[in-house]
Amino acid sequence: MRLPLSWLLEYAAIGLSPDDAEGVAELARRLTACGLEVESVEPVGHDISGVVVAEVLDVEELTGFNKPIRYCQVSTADGQRRHVICGARNFVAGDRVALALPGAVLPGGFEIGARKTYGRVSEGMICSALELAIGEDHAGIIVLPADAPLGADFVAYAGLRDVVFDINVTPDKGYALSVRGVARELAISYQVPFTDPADVGLLPDVAAASPEVYPAGIDDFTACDRIVLREVRGIDPATPTPLAMKIRLARAGQRSVSLAVDVTNYLMLELGQPLHAFDRSRLQGPIRVRRAQPGEKLETLDHVVRTLDPEDIVIADESGPISLAGTMGGVATEVSDSSHDLVIEAAHFSARGIARMSRRHKLGSEASARFERGVDPELPSRASARATTMLAALGGGTVVPGCSYAGVPIEPVRISMAADYPDQVAGLVYGLETVQKRLREVGCTVARLPGSAPDQPDAAEPSGSGDGDAGRLEGGQAGLAIGHLASAHMTSAHLAGAQPAAEQPRHNHGRHDRPGLTLLVTPPSWRPDLTDPADLAEEVIRLEGYHNIPVRGIRAVGGRGLTGRQRLRRTLSRSLAYDGYVEVICSPFTSVLDFDRLQLAADDKRRRAVRLANPLSEDEPLMRTTLLPGLFRTLARNLGRGFSDVSLYEFGLIFRPRPDGPRTAPILPVDRAPTGDEIARLAAALPDQPLHVGAVMTGNAEPAGYWGPGRPAGWQDAIEAARLVLRNSRLDFDVRADQHDPWHPGRCAAIFVRGQEGQEWLAGYAGELHPRVITAFGLPARTAAMELDLSVIETAASLVGPVQAPTLSGYPLAVQDVALVVPQTVPAADVERALVAGAGAAGDVQLESLSLFDVYTGDQIGEGRKSLAYTLRFRAPDRTLTAEEVSVVRDAAVAEAARQTGAVLRSG
Amino acid sequence: MSAPNKAYDPVEVAVLSPEELQRMQADALAAIATAANLDELKTARLAHFGDRAPLTLANSEIGALPPAARAEAGKRVGSARAAVKAALAERQTELEAERDRRVLVEEAVDVTLPWNRSASVDGARHPVTTVGERLVDVFVDMGYEVAEGPEAEAEWYNFDALNFPPDHPAREMQDTIFVAGSEPGQRSGIVMRTHTSPVQIRAMLSRPLPLYVVSPGKCYRSDALDATHSPVFHQIECLAVDEGLTMADLRGAINAFVEAMFGEGLQTRLRPDFFPFTEPSADVSMQCHVCRGTSARAGGEPCRVCRSQGWIEIAGCGMVNPRVLVAGGIDPDRYSGFAFGLGIDRSVLVRHGVADIRDTLEGDVRFSRAFGLEA
Repeated sequence: MRLPLSWLLEYAAIGLSPDDAEGVAELARRLTACGLEVESVEPVGHDISGVVVAEVLDVEELTGFNKPIRYCQVSTADGQRRHVICGARNFVAGDRVALALPGAVLPGGFEIGARKTYGRVSEGMICSALELAIGEDHAGIIVLPADAPLGADFVAYAGLRDVVFDINVTPDKGYALSVRGVARELAISYQVPFTDPADVGLLPDVAAASPEVYPAGIDDFTACDRIVLREVRGIDPATPTPLAMKIRLARAGQRSVSLAVDVTNYLMLELGQPLHAFDRSRLQGPIRVRRAQPGEKLETLDHVVRTLDPEDIVIADESGPISLAGTMGGVATEVSDSSHDLVIEAAHFSARGIARMSRRHKLGSEASARFERGVDPELPSRASARATTMLAALGGGTVVPGCSYAGVPIEPVRISMAADYPDQVAGLVYGLETVQKRLREVGCTVARLPGSAPDQPDAAEPSGSGDGDAGRLEGGQAGLAIGHLASAHMTSAHLAGAQPAAEQPRHNHGRHDRPGLTLLVTPPSWRPDLTDPADLAEEVIRLEGYHNIPVRGIRAVGGRGLTGRQRLRRTLSRSLAYDGYVEVICSPFTSVLDFDRLQLAADDKRRRAVRLANPLSEDEPLMRTTLLPGLFRTLARNLGRGFSDVSLYEFGLIFRPRPDGPRTAPILPVDRAPTGDEIARLAAALPDQPLHVGAVMTGNAEPAGYWGPGRPAGWQDAIEAARLVLRNSRLDFDVRADQHDPWHPGRCAAIFVRGQEGQEWLAGYAGELHPRVITAFGLPARTAAMELDLSVIETAASLVGPVQAPTLSGYPLAVQDVALVVPQTVPAADVERALVAGAGAAGDVQLESLSLFDVYTGDQIGEGRKSLAYTLRFRAPDRTLTAEEVSVVRDAAVAEAARQTGAVLRSG
Repeated sequence: MSAPNKAYDPVEVAVLSPEELQRMQADALAAIATAANLDELKTARLAHFGDRAPLTLANSEIGALPPAARAEAGKRVGSARAAVKAALAERQTELEAERDRRVLVEEAVDVTLPWNRSASVDGARHPVTTVGERLVDVFVDMGYEVAEGPEAEAEWYNFDALNFPPDHPAREMQDTIFVAGSEPGQRSGIVMRTHTSPVQIRAMLSRPLPLYVVSPGKCYRSDALDATHSPVFHQIECLAVDEGLTMADLRGAINAFVEAMFGEGLQTRLRPDFFPFTEPSADVSMQCHVCRGTSARAGGEPCRVCRSQGWIEIAGCGMVNPRVLVAGGIDPDRYSGFAFGLGIDRSVLVRHGVADIRDTLEGDVRFSRAFGLEA
């Protein structure tokens, strides 16, 4: 919201010049401090000099150029005649204009000099609104009123020196989308008188209904609870908008259109009430507010023909919809340059209805922005009255007395609040007087709930506070927003822990002066956002200043620290980084194309993805079901940047729709906690979102250097990365050959977590990628990857108890080597597992460790076979092993390997 | 040569004469002293202390002397041999030390040679992870626990329960990515969470009171990616619900957090703001941790980090709206709460001088590697 200082100061009696930079900065600071964040402070008009009011004495039309050019004689107060070239045609001899003299400077540092153009010397320039940065109009120059004083400095005459504040108005503060609302806040902040512009220029019979005025009705009070129509007749549509109004509109970022439109916009900016002017001659029959009927269409002012939804709120006459209520008017009834008789419409529409309509038609406007955020329902009558009065006065027409009106009574909200509730929220004591004063300043009426705080004397009550409504409120709490009566009382001991702030408010006596007193507060009509005690507390606290809130030391809280899962996640992340992997955060969005690139089969469950209704890119409308494509793209980006040895990892959620889940997540009530069933229904509708870890690697796993060549990363590294994760999770696991997209069918391992009771869970896959996948993603040959479901791992890890320490035997080690010949197809892991099992079954001799030190294939053992050579290390807990004992255990291990895998002890 | 049990004239046993022994000892000591290295010393040892050495032979001649002469001769020989032995040992020590000095010098290497044969030197964690962990740790150290929630979240948790009324423009503040319904045009009631605040509701509904939780996580908005906006970003949210909590407690928690994360003595400032789920609401700025506010004063050096504002906006906060407590099943007449949330990515940007948020998302290995294992 852009507003000029001059407009605000008209209603908030702050003596401040736009040239007072410090004062202006202070004002901006105060606006921000009260919740109206000033995003920019822009001085305007300061950069204009040498422009004066002049009179056009004579106009000579030049011909022979590619456009008509005028050579004008102008004079200023000194009577000196000057010649000026001008391309505009909207003036005649005798008009007063804004003349930039040679040496003048216009906005943007544009300097005017005497120069020769079109074969003549031009001693200056007659200015348009655009050139003076007070409008967009460049078709014609500014024609000033006949009484503009000749020779006067134009900047001073037009009041161009000003400051424009751009205020970021949060969605709760509809009232601040107006001069009225912002000026009120300023008046409170500076503690100066405020003149409510809604009270200005009102005739005593403003609310009188009259059958003379165009009739209005409302068919659906949920769409609109109040509409007022007024008429002004016989205006001259060619009347120019007054310069001062044009300037303010321009400062506020509004384009000047015509007198009728400008007046309605001006009043919207000043009061916050959107207004619409209809050309009366184009209306047919009574105006009614209603919902649209199926199939109805309306061409709006932006020349879009809109098909209306039955929920849309429209203003209609007998011809059908003529306006999207509170959003945009229709072309058919638009005010034009031949509109003499106008019907001014002002209404109070449903905020939610306008919001939905605006969203539905993707059509936001100044009007809809205000209605969505809440407009004062008391304004339609006043704003429309001011509009007709202004239009009649400016456009030479007459106001039809009275109005036509439809509506239902609007019950004011009444909020019951403990007088010390703001104190309890803030953590300091304001006292009754401050609380009442602040609430009244924002426009609330404040009364005491009869019977509350009987123990307190009444002496502190400020007399003559003008709280005339107090009696009316007695005996009723109608409209109480939520049943929340803050009743706990802060004791002085409670506050003792508070450290005094630098600026302690003067009321801080440690205890509220009215414990037990309840206030009945009626917010003003312009504050529909005030519905709860918490809203009222915020008003008091923000106006008293957030800087006054003390700082209290933190409480000791008995937290249990990170959970096992949370600690494990950190451990795993660190261990991958220690192992040379670089963590990245990849885009979680994906597409069917990615699934095709991964060579996923048509029925692969990873093709079932969560689809987004409004994806950032139509190319990626799905949420990922695997981390791999994101990692592949990030890998490719790094390769493109010249890095050839890259190992990456990512922790992230993947998203799997629940095949059996409900189709939609319900929107539950919010005035109570959901039931267990309701929570379960929400959970059932959400996609399954397990945490995965993925890694991808290419180039050298160990770099080349002066020590020799590097070691290329490959399938072993991918599987080892998976082992690393499982080992650091302290889980038993199996690595098994498997075939799974997108991995190379001969170089893919499935990783299974083993439970303590023989269960096993698939944790994921690792290995070299399928060559076609590598090609599809543009990766180097032999790129390898792994992906594990951490939710499986975390669950399994959470079942494992604390580590049981081993018994450390001090007796000597016995070492035995065995070489076993097995068919090529037998996995080494099976042989190893059998050796361990066999050794374990043979008494109390422990196989302390086992390591594979050689894998041999070749002529000596025959085709299709391989030799696996292991070192076995044995130890007993309580004695030195004899050679015989060691042989027994070794033979048992080998025998079990032979039984399970067909292994034969290699001779020689 | 002599044999036992034969009468000898002691004078005839010339090797045992004092003069002869003196000479042998002198020869030996000279040979030892002139041995230039351990090999020469070994030769000298063999020559003068070995089995065939003159002093050794002389020693064996003692038995040929009459008993009366043996003691004295033995004494002389023993003395000479002891002197030679000591000299040998001393020279041995000297020469070994000399050799060690020489050898250790010869074996010196260039210890500055790189040995990054293991790829582990290149491993790194993402600063959003590590800074996120630090942020979490600050709260956990205060006694908070970490609560988590899904990223694809029910609208009810993400909006309704947090007092975003349906169709209210507040919902428009957060450009939401919606999950599509099963039929075209049908709504799913599910969004990609726009903030970590829905975890507040989940915590209220699932944890006992009082409640002190912190929830970090990934969030989504339909913002186009540019230098300061990202459709995927990370927030951390802090929620406390207890009896008698006030804005003074909120300020205390914020100050403790800022000091732990950015340095001691930094001031914080609250200014009114609006979030539907807190009332009152505020945005939190902290004094710039780099210039400490000096850049905003007249004549101060310009500060790149705070753009010479002196303050850096770091978080949104407020007292939990009683309506939110109600939706979370908590009695607002008894309990009050505060919450604040901040962007982890933004903290990385502020703390580590990252100019472009895209650097955190492109996965360029140089970015994470610059941070190493812990931020």
